[in-house]
Amino acid sequence: MAEAHLAESVHEPTSFLRRYVFSTDHKVIGIQYYLTGMAVALVAALLAMLIRLQLAWPLAKWPLLGKLFPAGMQGGVMKPEFYLSLVTMHGTLMVFFVISFALVSGFGNYLIPLQIGARDMAFPFLNMLSYWVVVPATLIMLGSFLVEGGAAAAGWTAYPPLSAVEQAIPGSGLGQTLWLLGMALFIVSFTMGGLNFFTTILNLRARGLSLMRLPLTIWTLFLAAILGLLAFPPLTAAALMLLLDRHGGSSFFLPAGLFFGNKLLPHEGGTPLLWQHLFWFLGHPEVYILLLPALGIAFDVLAPFTRKPVFGYRISVFSLLLIGVLSLVVWGHHMFVSGMSPYVGEFFSVGTLLITIPSAIIGVNLLASLWGARLRFTTAMLFALGVIALFGTGGLGGIFLGTATSDIYLHDTYFVVGHFHYMIGGVTLFGIFAGTYYWFPKMFGRMMSERLGKLHFWLTLLPFYAVFFGMHFLGLGGTPRRYYAFTKFDFLQAFKGFEVFITISAFVLGAAQLIFLLNFFWSLARGPRAERNPWKSSTLEWTAPSPPPHGNWGATPPRVHRWPYEYSVPGAAEDYTPQTVPAAAVPVTR
Amino acid sequence: MNAKPVASSRHGREGLLLALVIWLLPVVAVALGLRRWLPPLASEHGAGIDRMISYLLITVGALLVLGHLVLGYFIWRFSRAERVTFRLASARAERRWSLIPILLMTLVAEGGVLVLGLPVWGKFYAAGPPPDAVPVEITAEQFAWNVRYPGQDGAWGRTDPRRLSLANPLGLDETDPAARDDIVMLNELYLPVNRPARLHLRSKDTLHSFFLPHQRVKQDAVPGMTIEIWFVPTELGTYEIACAELCGFGHFQMRGLLHVVTPAEFETWLKEEPTFF
Repeated sequence: MAEAHLAESVHEPTSFLRRYVFSTDHKVIGIQYYLTGMAVALVAALLAMLIRLQLAWPLAKWPLLGKLFPAGMQGGVMKPEFYLSLVTMHGTLMVFFVISFALVSGFGNYLIPLQIGARDMAFPFLNMLSYWVVVPATLIMLGSFLVEGGAAAAGWTAYPPLSAVEQAIPGSGLGQTLWLLGMALFIVSFTMGGLNFFTTILNLRARGLSLMRLPLTIWTLFLAAILGLLAFPPLTAAALMLLLDRHGGSSFFLPAGLFFGNKLLPHEGGTPLLWQHLFWFLGHPEVYILLLPALGIAFDVLAPFTRKPVFGYRISVFSLLLIGVLSLVVWGHHMFVSGMSPYVGEFFSVGTLLITIPSAIIGVNLLASLWGARLRFTTAMLFALGVIALFGTGGLGGIFLGTATSDIYLHDTYFVVGHFHYMIGGVTLFGIFAGTYYWFPKMFGRMMSERLGKLHFWLTLLPFYAVFFGMHFLGLGGTPRRYYAFTKFDFLQAFKGFEVFITISAFVLGAAQLIFLLNFFWSLARGPRAERNPWKSSTLEWTAPSPPPHGNWGATPPRVHRWPYEYSVPGAAEDYTPQTVPAAAVPVTR
Repeated sequence: MNAKPVASSRHGREGLLLALVIWLLPVVAVALGLRRWLPPLASEHGAGIDRMISYLLITVGALLVLGHLVLGYFIWRFSRAERVTFRLASARAERRWSLIPILLMTLVAEGGVLVLGLPVWGKFYAAGPPPDAVPVEITAEQFAWNVRYPGQDGAWGRTDPRRLSLANPLGLDETDPAARDDIVMLNELYLPVNRPARLHLRSKDTLHSFFLPHQRVKQDAVPGMTIEIWFVPTELGTYEIACAELCGFGHFQMRGLLHVVTPAEFETWLKEEPTFF
């Protein structure tokens, strides 16, 4: 049985279509997810640039853009409803179709079998299906810009009644329906992926690879999969209910007495708060679904470039676990001023701040991993260090918002926008970049340019702080989010110059990503050939060829003898000991 | 000279540069943080909110500075290292180091919310408004604030969604005697200084959020619900009312004005203002 399976899995499909398009190989699927995420990122980043353009110069006319977007920017002036579509779609695309794709599905599919010594995921066909379900989901999302009324404009949180009533805003027409369909398909796919991650990590680990010998990247992906499986179903239900409210005449989220366009709507009996609970029951864990793998990658990139084991492996695993559990019971901190009972609010506040404890432990462990190190500043390492700085800054900012009393003032201001861009924008993006610069040689068999990489790092780190740290101050000044322009309020006039500064910094940040794209595709074609283990790392994927063949391991899958961070073992000939080296050759130190 | 020290000095230079930047970030942050960003305070409970925010700015700000200093120091110090000087901590040492974040976060975060935050929250929400509070109903709609006072009789006239029209934005029932003296304003809210105001927040269409930046008041208005909040304006003057929950394309211009006047001026205004019917 085992032999038959082995022979089958090493056998590589020969047709182009089965090899690169409808492939069941986890590596191809991982790269497909990654590249799809990258393509959507281009669109979503462009939306961000348009948003910043509008906020810095709200009254300006851009005739060229008027030609590009005849519906949304007629005559070169942006319409408010187009602005709200931009905001909505920027958030939706970035969270679900960029970060989820590249970080969780991309690196997840690529790395899980390689880091646990398996030949593929547990359900390769399901894996292929999960990718081919998000392709139409992505196309539906992107296509919604072209329909009558434009793309959804109720925010990425899609709060009803705005998202439920067609008359509420132009984007609440076909655009919102497509948004819900796209999200539903995305969730279907993510569920298939999550089942695959979970099953694969539990069942297909190489001999000797106990759970406490897993690289932290795998631990975080494992937790992300579980969180996704637990948290997404309520949103699926909510999306269906919202579709019914929109098209089936039901009233899950709509109360009596709604008055739109001089007309009383026939709905009665629902409440918009129900949607908020269902949405955030997913929405909050989703933050950790994206955040945890970035932290895992940071740990895994730190080890080879400090040439020492990470600090507090076991405590980090338990802290990650605790963060995962707590993340399921704190969703109400998004709703302190929503009209939810204030007593419940205080419970959520205390619960939310509990998360700071395991999070701070992770932060300390990341920092302490540097102690006594021999640092090597590769681009991957720079981005991993960036993850530490961003995670610290973003996490500390979260305390202001998790504290219900200060959130009364800060809720729905730019403080929130700055905070979540640090966490699900920055930590995740820096995690993706750290992972890309680190695993690119494995994925494509070529090295990326370090010179361009470092330029990319500096031009990302500095403007990132300028843009998103700056936004915290705007929030302290009371600037509300999702405003098309800050022209109508006297109390916001003091920040005009600051808005321009943030916009220019954002343009630099956006432009810097072109360096990354250039580096990525240039290295893909022209980068120097990568050896099997260019960074002298100890985890399993580096024992496979670069890139690994179909089936990953040739005839014999690896056998594991030690934990993943065996660097600088005293007395060993090399300063790294792959997990496959038996204890007889080099002592096992943990 | 062999190649190794040259490589190390390059790492040292890169480490120093990175450390300097990491050290510079919190310096800039503190310099900016020392400026006054919040609009001037003009309410009683707002002092508690400001105290909470100041507490967090100081404690969390200190942690931010400390974290960046340590990160920069480690980067600088170990960038010049020729070999690994510390490898694996004992399980006991790891546990001991975890105590630092546990204690710090319990103290700073949970301590803050329980000691400073909870009493303010409790006063704002749990303790109802004092009996002498001025009752006002605020009904949000795309993109305006309807403000209603119960009039001389102190009783709200009945409203009925079926009576809603452009001419009757609240659907007031004119057959109800209590409705006859109700006063309805658009985007103008008058309140006497230093007297509690009791707001009944409602919405006719989408979600809105009633935001008084200077008074540190923010509360969503939810269709189908009437949400009560109260606060005490403490400074005379005219202040802006903003909408803080996305409500449609006009969200950014949903502006009202709060006029905080002397009690005498308020009484005169209330008497002279024409009733809705």
